[in-house]
Amino acid sequence: MLKHRKQGDALVVCLEGELDHHCAQIVRQEMDRLIEEERPQRLIVDMQGVSFMDSSGIGVLIGRYRTLSRCGGRMAVCNMSPHVERIFQLSGLQRIIEKVR
Amino acid sequence: MVSKNSMRLEFLGCAQNESFARVVISAFAVQLGPTIEEITDVKTAVSEAVTNAIVHGYEGTQGMVVLSACVEDEHVLSVTIEDAGKGIADVEKAMEPFYTTQPEMERSGMGFSVMQTFMDTLEVTSVPGEGTRVRMTKRFGADA
Repeated sequence: MLKHRKQGDALVVCLEGELDHHCAQIVRQEMDRLIEEERPQRLIVDMQGVSFMDSSGIGVLIGRYRTLSRCGGRMAVCNMSPHVERIFQLSGLQRIIEKVR
Repeated sequence: MVSKNSMRLEFLGCAQNESFARVVISAFAVQLGPTIEEITDVKTAVSEAVTNAIVHGYEGTQGMVVLSACVEDEHVLSVTIEDAGKGIADVEKAMEPFYTTQPEMERSGMGFSVMQTFMDTLEVTSVPGEGTRVRMTKRFGADA
């Protein structure tokens, strides 16, 4: 289960552990369920607890970004480790997904 | 003359073994005295190659993946990931950033780009119907 909280009109989802292809499948399902339930105007993905991420994590973020965009919502990420941020930059995600504190 | 240290590991190509492969390569690379960042680079590249073998090579069927590594000299590690899966018809195309055969599975198409960025060399050889071999090297202490 993903930790999450409401913050104004935003839904904050805290990811934890290793975000690889194996874990991405579960994280994707959980996030989609939360988005479906909460219908947030804004989704903030807190990466603080992510100890490892590869390009499968990028796939998860892009997928949720698309879901949000379809419903007119926005998405942001926060608390990326230098490692996670490098992959984020490499994929060009910083051009479409906002980084917040 | 000390012979070069090396290892070879064969495991089932299932998603649970992606983290296993990362742990193994980290443990082997420690003897080169890498920084945490360098270890993370190698782990990430190996994770991408193993994921490719599982997702694309075997496409949900389960075959064996071979991970081998060799200490080339006191600063250089080579890593090879091999599968006996379906192979890649057009390697050049597959290596283009954002190219993926599985967009509906939310594959980002960034796997080879990550390997290229985080390692110093990358060679991909593939024979359709026979399998794919990815060989990468990394020099540690390059920034020192």
